[in-house]
Amino acid sequence: MTSDLLNLEGVTKSYASSGLLARKTFNAVDEVGFALDASRPEIFAIIGESGSGKTTLARMILNMVPTSAGTIRFRDKALATIRGRRARLDFMRQVQPIFQNPYEAFNPLKRVDRYLYATARRLARVGRTEVDRVCDEALRKVGLSLAEVRGRFPHELSGGQLQRTAIARALISGPALLVADEPVSMVDASLRMSIVDLFKALRDELGVSIVYITHDLATAYHISDRIIIMQKGRVVESGDARAVLDNPQHPYSKLLKSAVLSPDNAETDEKVADPSVLPFDTRTV
Amino acid sequence: MNARPRANGAADVMLDVKNLRAYYVMQYFGTQREVRAVDDISLQVGRNEIYGLAGESSSGKTTFIKTIAAAIRPPLTVIGGSIRYSFLDRDIYKLDRVALSAIRWRYLSYIPQGSMNVLNPVRRVRESFIDFALPHMGLPKQQFFAAIIAHLERLQLTPGVLDAYPHELSGGMRQRIAIALATVCRPDFIIADEPTTALDVVVQKSVLELIREAQREIGSSMIFVTHDMAVHANISDRLGIMYAGRLVEEAPTAEIFRSPKHPYTQHLIASLPRIGDLSAKRALTGAPPSLAEPPSGCRFHPRCPLAMDICRETHPELVSIDPRHRVACHAVSPAVGPDRVFAAAAKQRTGLVQ
Amino acid sequence: MMKTVRDLFRYNLEFALGAILILIVFGFAAASFFSPYPPMDSYVVAPDVPPSWAYPFGTNSRGQDVFWQLTLAIRNSLLFGLSVALMSRILSLLIGLVAGYAGGITDRILMTINDTFVVIPLFPILVLFFFMMRDNMSWPMLAVAMASLGWPYDARLIRSVALSLRTREFTAMSVFSGMSTRQILVEEHLPYVLPIVFSTTLNNMNWSIGLEVTLSVIGFTNIETPTIGTMIYWANQHTAMVAGVWWWILFPVVLVIMTFLGLYLLSVSMNEYIDPRSRLTRMGGQA
Repeated sequence: MTSDLLNLEGVTKSYASSGLLARKTFNAVDEVGFALDASRPEIFAIIGESGSGKTTLARMILNMVPTSAGTIRFRDKALATIRGRRARLDFMRQVQPIFQNPYEAFNPLKRVDRYLYATARRLARVGRTEVDRVCDEALRKVGLSLAEVRGRFPHELSGGQLQRTAIARALISGPALLVADEPVSMVDASLRMSIVDLFKALRDELGVSIVYITHDLATAYHISDRIIIMQKGRVVESGDARAVLDNPQHPYSKLLKSAVLSPDNAETDEKVADPSVLPFDTRTV
Repeated sequence: MNARPRANGAADVMLDVKNLRAYYVMQYFGTQREVRAVDDISLQVGRNEIYGLAGESSSGKTTFIKTIAAAIRPPLTVIGGSIRYSFLDRDIYKLDRVALSAIRWRYLSYIPQGSMNVLNPVRRVRESFIDFALPHMGLPKQQFFAAIIAHLERLQLTPGVLDAYPHELSGGMRQRIAIALATVCRPDFIIADEPTTALDVVVQKSVLELIREAQREIGSSMIFVTHDMAVHANISDRLGIMYAGRLVEEAPTAEIFRSPKHPYTQHLIASLPRIGDLSAKRALTGAPPSLAEPPSGCRFHPRCPLAMDICRETHPELVSIDPRHRVACHAVSPAVGPDRVFAAAAKQRTGLVQ
Repeated sequence: MMKTVRDLFRYNLEFALGAILILIVFGFAAASFFSPYPPMDSYVVAPDVPPSWAYPFGTNSRGQDVFWQLTLAIRNSLLFGLSVALMSRILSLLIGLVAGYAGGITDRILMTINDTFVVIPLFPILVLFFFMMRDNMSWPMLAVAMASLGWPYDARLIRSVALSLRTREFTAMSVFSGMSTRQILVEEHLPYVLPIVFSTTLNNMNWSIGLEVTLSVIGFTNIETPTIGTMIYWANQHTAMVAGVWWWILFPVVLVIMTFLGLYLLSVSMNEYIDPRSRLTRMGGQA
């Protein structure tokens, strides 16, 4: 119990949808519970489609929205008891978010480095002279350097570079937990796997635990240790990532897996193209 | 040469794009900028074929379909080249507004990424059908609706959706209606722009099946654009890969997945994560180039594991390496000497896939 | 900065027109410092002289030179409009940004106050204010009164922008970078709100100058200070139109129209220029 990094018990978030006569409530997140072990860093994937409540769950873990019922504990401290600026800064030092759209996560009118500097100064409490070194160090962990990022506006960097910068910023304060909400869905295919693999490296080399929220079963399979599958706010299946995805038990998990498109299950037999289709100029042949 | 198409080939080409160049030419308070989003692209789409177009952000694929749909507004400008549809006797971008609206929906229709682009949020679905399809079908109202309902039923949609407002329907349902709308006039050509990207995986699969079915049923040709290679594997007959405003490879889909020739294509396919596959994926270095200042020579060379001197200097032509496979890469092109580079390419490829 | 102004001048007709009009008006106001006689003195020149080379705008029935009096009047009117606009901008910025960012109960309280001010009928309140103050009525006081009535519409506008900024990912990013609320409001959100502040400043000047003219013409202000409104008030008192002293009314009216038009054109063209999205495209990014 005392060795839990993150512990969720019966976490529920309900929203009131006021009808004409009756007030109805619906649970965006319904009785979700799981725990991450502090001594064993892992990548914990939360899988679900839109409306599954996975993003709401992420925002509750980040203490951005309060729970309606149940408790979330980070290092045995309930998030609901975090009051005051000092306590909140202390929490943010240890738990950091990675957002979905890197072009949105950085203010388009501001230089990218200001977020790095702010984190270093205010969260990591780094002295003025050390700031550059600390930021550069964090950027090197993700394969960038301060020279590449300093003074740049978001639109001057690629989606992949920006997402790396966002990860570097999150690492500055030396967090124990990263909450990444769809971190690669807006990143180009040719760069996507490098970000995904970066998460693996963070876990193995820096001992950071990562809550990886995604709709993409294939990347989850690739990097996560454990997963939970959510449907309409409820956890329908959970367990070891490989075991669950190789052999899903719940009908919804089976449905999800069967819907994953991959070149291997392409119905090639159906589209043996009519050989007469293609007249094109054969310039060299 | 035994795969050589029928002699009367020209009749089977539904869309013939030749050397198309479309740039964004912008002037902001005196400074001129030019973004070469589509640079010298030639391709043909045959009858009854789904031509997949793959590319990342800033590959120019969106600009390309804007251009072939004649949705050209400044700063986008067609610099040169031709776009010929079989149902038109001239380049589509030379048509005026009236002529364009006469062919839209009837001959050329469009499935957008967000169905709300075609469905009016404050009007019932029925009104959208009246707006778009009625002028082209030339039927009295009663017969028109009979035809619409028959069409919806073929696509396994209940006629009840006609009386719904778009916001009352789920995203997948709206996208199905957008597909019904795009196919109801039995157009010769359909342009699909990331039609399933915004959908959840389960819905995506059924929508893809629907598109395939509708296309087969009305026998039209289609350009299907998405960045998702797994989707292409499941829907496209033939696949064109775009990179930085150019077409770098083109072949039947199965062929591309079986033996990709361009290093970029090879990477795209090798880096696809799969369930049941835990092998490490190698990432490309660098990032897609800016189209405002593309690299010299081959635009892929700064990121290419096979880059040679010639790649930095001259840009490789898209050449046919067999009748159905075109590729733009010096390492593959016969001019450089295939024997020498093929060995290197093969070595590299095994390295990439590991 | 000079380059952007020059570019605006060259490529934006509205801006060029507006700027020329406002320059003329301001030049006119600046000329008041060179008046050959104290502008408030009466019977320093011959009364009721029509426009001539000696007196370009003529003289009025009180023996004042309309030209020199107008320079002071427009200076006062502009100063008045500017101070009302600045004071009410500060109020609307503060209330709009805080309400939008804080949300919840803070937002509800602030917006209730806001809406109360929206429904208060302005004109009767200002007339009432005049009757309460009577002889103690001064221009700074009227400016404060109007500023405290002139903010709510724009505060609501700013709040709506702040509300959408709050849900943007970069706001959460700023929070998790340890930035303080003040820093987020001032450094992250303010740039998005500035175009609104800028164009509403110009609009608010128009509004306050217009209201001041209305109040003055019917005599509900301190009529001893020359402004465009009080000039027209005195002209009416001397039945200038009936007496055929048309220049006493015409020139102030033309000048105030030039001011309105100039401010309006500037606000329209500036809006287009300062809008963050068009600014981004100029910087070379995608909007």
